[in-house]
Amino acid sequence: MFLSDQFRVKVGLAEMLKGGVIMDVTNAEQAVIAEKAGACAVMALVKVPSDIRKEGGVARMSPVSKIREIQKSVSVPVMAKARIGHFMEARVLEALEVDFIDESEVLTPADEENHIWKHDFKVPFVCGARNLGEALRRIAEGAAMIRTKGEAGSGNIVEAVRHMRTIVKEMRAIQSYSVDELTAESKKHGAPLELMLYIHEHGKLPVPNFSAGGVATPADAALVMHLGAETVFVGSGIFKSPDPAAFAKAVVKAVTYYKDPVKVLEASEELPDGMPGLDIRQMAESDLMATRGW
Amino acid sequence: MRIGILAIQGNFEAHAKAFAEAGAEACEARTQSDLDRADALVLPGGESTTMLKLLREEGLWEPLRRACAAKPVFATCAGAILLACEVSHPAQESLGLVDIGVERNAYGRQVHSTVARLATGEGAELEAVFIRAPVIRRLGAGVRVLARYQGDPVLVEQGHFLVATFHPELTPDRTLQKMFLEKAAHVAA
Repeated sequence: MFLSDQFRVKVGLAEMLKGGVIMDVTNAEQAVIAEKAGACAVMALVKVPSDIRKEGGVARMSPVSKIREIQKSVSVPVMAKARIGHFMEARVLEALEVDFIDESEVLTPADEENHIWKHDFKVPFVCGARNLGEALRRIAEGAAMIRTKGEAGSGNIVEAVRHMRTIVKEMRAIQSYSVDELTAESKKHGAPLELMLYIHEHGKLPVPNFSAGGVATPADAALVMHLGAETVFVGSGIFKSPDPAAFAKAVVKAVTYYKDPVKVLEASEELPDGMPGLDIRQMAESDLMATRGW
Repeated sequence: MRIGILAIQGNFEAHAKAFAEAGAEACEARTQSDLDRADALVLPGGESTTMLKLLREEGLWEPLRRACAAKPVFATCAGAILLACEVSHPAQESLGLVDIGVERNAYGRQVHSTVARLATGEGAELEAVFIRAPVIRRLGAGVRVLARYQGDPVLVEQGHFLVATFHPELTPDRTLQKMFLEKAAHVAA
């Protein structure tokens, strides 16, 4: 399954997005700002996560007309979010020929038990994960890219850091085990043995691993790159900041030059403070998005 | 042979790994001094618009043009778009070093991306991964076609440039990397 041409082509696009920034946009105007700033892809969604949080109710796939308008306005790949388990939203997005589908905890889940069986689709999927077991379950279902969940719309990087460190640490641990201990590890993580063996051998996921959920500044983006992210998703951090075009450009530069603090400084120069943030420890359990999906 | 892989955005890591497997020293190039230190260059796949913006912002556009004019260059997908003389769909700026006209995303969006098997000169088959690939719509007189897919040129050569619209770094076959290293050694000699 993982060696099929279809799966390789899906992972191929994820590979092309490496070292870039994928920006959440709600309309064509924002998509153009993102592309002009150097986004390597845009993600269409109905509202940015911090507004979804504020307004409550049910968050669904973006209206078709908005996605079409975004597709017409930019030449970079256009991604769109579908609700967890909502394979018909995903089928509609596939028919629309979006370039990637995010089966996302930021939208209200449609199925609290099952995720989409993604192998059946021609379009690639990205899914969120908080730990290695969750990442490998999504890959087993056919995800061609994993992103740490973080806590979307919080403007707080703490959860993205926690999730990236967790995944990287768990992969290191798997590498240190001997092969005959992996079945027990596979049971513990709730992940297929075949994928545990891959981690044991390669020390990395079989698909690109990106970071999302809480990036609000160029330094935040550079931080998650250092921790192991191969690309950064930025949601509310751009269009809820005081100067979206400037923030977008700055985050793009910080991701390319994340190894060079002087360049990250240059990127941060003259930027005002980022979007307003939330203290995760003071949030009610029911307000957390990262705990949606498993 | 030190291969500098342009590492502004895209799948530069896969290229570095592929060239290391083919026996070359590969290093990421993000600054003018990185470009100067390399014996040959790779322009990888990724988003050409993103690369274009950062190259301009960082003052690397002219240094890159000079380096590409002087050293052997292997360009794939977005790299081919950067090197072309004309770019369409939509039109965008390019280095204008290889006498071809390319149309971006010419096969369509991601659902039309595919893996193809190409026939090359000596009866060998070459696996080609096309990801939102461009199509070469115009060929200059000095450009030699090495492989075609559905009638369109997908692997071409002009002087010290080797250009593919697909992704040789995404397959285990190192034929093209070796071919480029030979070409680069020949240019150096």
